Amino acid sequence: MVAPSVARPRSAVRFSGLAWRRARWGYLFIAPWIIGFLAFTAIPMVATFIFSLTNINLAQEQPLQFVGLKNYEALLKDHQVWESLGITLKFAALALPVAVILPFLVALLLHSRRLRGSGIFRVLFFLPYVVPFVAGVFIWNGMLNPDTGWVNYALKAIGISSPPAWLEDPGWIYPGLVIMGVWGIGAGIIVYLAGLKGVPTDLYEAARMDGASSWQSLRHITIPLMTPVIFYTIVLAVVEVLQYFLVPLVLKNGTGEPGGSTNFYNLYLYKQFFSYQNMSYGATMAWLLFVLTLAVTLVLFGTARRWVYYAGEAR
Amino acid sequence: MTAVSRARLGVFGRARARSAEGSRPPRERGDSTRSFLVTLLAVLAVAAFLSPLLRAITYSIKSTDQISQAHTPLYPADQVTMSYQDKELPLFVVPLPDGSTKVLALLEPLRKQSTFVDPAAPDAAPIVWLGSWRTLDPVWEFAPHWENFAKVWNLIDFPRLLFNTIVIAVLSTIGVLISCTLVAYGFARFRFPGRNLLFTLLIATIFLPAAVTIIPTYTIFQRIGWVGTWLPLIVPAFFANAYDVFLMRQYFLTIPTELDEAAAIDGASPFRTLISVVLPQAWPVVVAVAIFHLVYSWNDFFGPLLYTAGKTDIQTVALGLQRFNGIHFRDPGLIQAGTLMTLIIPVVAFLLTQRFFTRGIVITGVDK
Repeated sequence: MVAPSVARPRSAVRFSGLAWRRARWGYLFIAPWIIGFLAFTAIPMVATFIFSLTNINLAQEQPLQFVGLKNYEALLKDHQVWESLGITLKFAALALPVAVILPFLVALLLHSRRLRGSGIFRVLFFLPYVVPFVAGVFIWNGMLNPDTGWVNYALKAIGISSPPAWLEDPGWIYPGLVIMGVWGIGAGIIVYLAGLKGVPTDLYEAARMDGASSWQSLRHITIPLMTPVIFYTIVLAVVEVLQYFLVPLVLKNGTGEPGGSTNFYNLYLYKQFFSYQNMSYGATMAWLLFVLTLAVTLVLFGTARRWVYYAGEAR
Repeated sequence: MTAVSRARLGVFGRARARSAEGSRPPRERGDSTRSFLVTLLAVLAVAAFLSPLLRAITYSIKSTDQISQAHTPLYPADQVTMSYQDKELPLFVVPLPDGSTKVLALLEPLRKQSTFVDPAAPDAAPIVWLGSWRTLDPVWEFAPHWENFAKVWNLIDFPRLLFNTIVIAVLSTIGVLISCTLVAYGFARFRFPGRNLLFTLLIATIFLPAAVTIIPTYTIFQRIGWVGTWLPLIVPAFFANAYDVFLMRQYFLTIPTELDEAAAIDGASPFRTLISVVLPQAWPVVVAVAIFHLVYSWNDFFGPLLYTAGKTDIQTVALGLQRFNGIHFRDPGLIQAGTLMTLIIPVVAFLLTQRFFTRGIVITGVDK
C-alpha cells in the first residue's frame, strides 16, 4: 500500500477514491467563477495585450494588421499620455493621505469609549457611501459652488473674504475633488473600526499601568496593531486612485476643464476606446496602467515586511 | 444596542455615586465633561459631513425665484407680499430716519427714492423713502416648493428609468446570489488540487484595474450585438465576483460541518446539502450579498454608460440623472430634486439593513 503510492504524484496520494469524487464536486461548484474568470478576466487581459500590437479601430474599417510595438512607440511620444499621467499622480499625492488617514481618525473618534451613541454616528458616517456616485457629484458640485455653495458661505463667515472657486479653478480643483471624495470614506471607517475592536484591551490596561499617555498608547499599541488594516486600505486606495476619472467625466463632461486640469489618465484612455473607438491605442494605454499598478502594488508589498505587523508571526 | 446599554450604565453609575457619597471626586466630573466634548466633536463632524445632503434637500424645495436671487435665506422661502388695491406688493425691512426699522410694502420702486405702504395702516398716505430700494432686505417666509420633484418625474420619464434600474438590479442580483453561493460553497467545503491558488487568483481580481479587461470585453459585446442592451449588465453577474464569493465563503466556514456530514450519510448529494442544510443557516450572508449587489447595481455608472449610451429608453436612473444635468444644469432646484430621487432608494435600503451591510464590509475588509 505504501510502496506504490510513493511513486505516484503527490496529489494522487491525497486524492483517491472518495476524495476525488469530492474534488470533482468542488470543481463543479466553482465552475461558474472559472468560466467567468476566463471569459471576463484572463482572456480579455491577454486580448488587451494582443490588441495593443494591432490596429483595431472600430470607427474605421481597415484590414486587421499586426503592427508590432508601433502603438507603444506612439504612446512614448504622446505628450497627452504623460501629461494625463502626471495629473493622475498629482491628484493621487493629494488624495491618498486623506483616503488613508481620515477614515482612521473618524474610526478613532467612533471607537472612543467616551462617545455616546456611537452606533448612530457609525450609520451616519457610512450613509454617503451608498449615495449613487452621480448624485454625490451633483450634490458636491452645488456645495462647492463659488457663489452659492455652503463651503464658501462657511469660509466667508469665518472671515475669508475671497474664498477659492474650487471646481472652477485649475489651482483649487484637486483639493475640491479630494473634498468630494470624503463621502467615500464610509467603508474605510467600518474596516478600521473593526480593526480597532480587535486590539486586545489588556494591552491598553498594561500601558496605562506603566503610565503611558493616550498619545503613547495610540503610537505604540494601536497603530502598530492596525498596520495590516492600514496596509490593505493603502493598496486598495492606490489601485483606485490610479483609475480615477469618473468624477471629472461627470462633473466636466469629459472636457478636461478648467484649463485641462481634469484630463486624468483614465479619462484619456476612456476617450480613446469609447469616443474614438481606437481599441488598440486604448489597450496600449490600459497595459501601461496595469504595469504601473502592478509595480506600485509590488513595491508596497515589498515594504510591507518592514512595517506591517502580523500577530503570531515569528519576527 | 451596545450604545444604549453603555449609556444607561453611565447614567446608573452616576446616580448611585451621587447618592452614596454626595459629590464625586473630580475625575468623574472630568470624565463626563470629556464625554460631552467627544460627543460634541462627533456631532459637529457628522453635521459638516452630511451638510451637503441638507443643502441638496433645501435646494430641491426652493423656488426658481429664490434660487435666482442673491442674499436669500438658506431654507426654502417665498418673499412675503401684501394685497393692496388688486396688486401684490413685496414687503421689505426699511430703516427709518429715526434709526428704527419697519416692514413696509413697496408700492413704487424707483432708483433714488421709492414709495411704500404701511401694511399696518394701508389706508394711510404712502411713505416716501429716500435711497435705492434694491439695498433693502425683503421679508421671507418658509415655503417649501414640492413641484420640483413632480417636474423631474415627468421631464426625465422617471418611471421608465426606475423600471429599467429595478429590472437590471434584480436580475443581476439573482445572478450574483446563485453563482456566488455555488462558488463560495465549492471553496468552503471541498478540497481539490489548486484550490488555494485559484482562491488567491479570485482575490487578486479585486486589485485588477478594470481598464485592462474592458476593451476586448466591450469589443466582443459590440460584435455580438449586446451593446445597447441590458445583457452586458446582467449576464456577467451570473459568473460570480470576488467580493461576494469571499463574503459568503467566510460565512460558510463558520457553519459547523456536522450537519453536512449527516446529510451526506443519509445519501444527500452535495448540491442537496447546500440547498437544504447550508443555505438555511446562511441567510444573514445571503441578505447581505443581496443588499450589497442591489445597491452596487443601482449606483453603477460606468457599466450603463458604456452599454446604454444614446439609448435613453433602456437607461438607468444614474445615467438619466447625468443626462438631465446636461439639459437643466442652470436650474439647481431641479438638479437637486433629481439627485434626491436617485439616492433615496439605496439610502433607505441601507438604513433598513445597516447591520448586515456593515458586517459584510467588516468581513471583506478585515479577514483577508
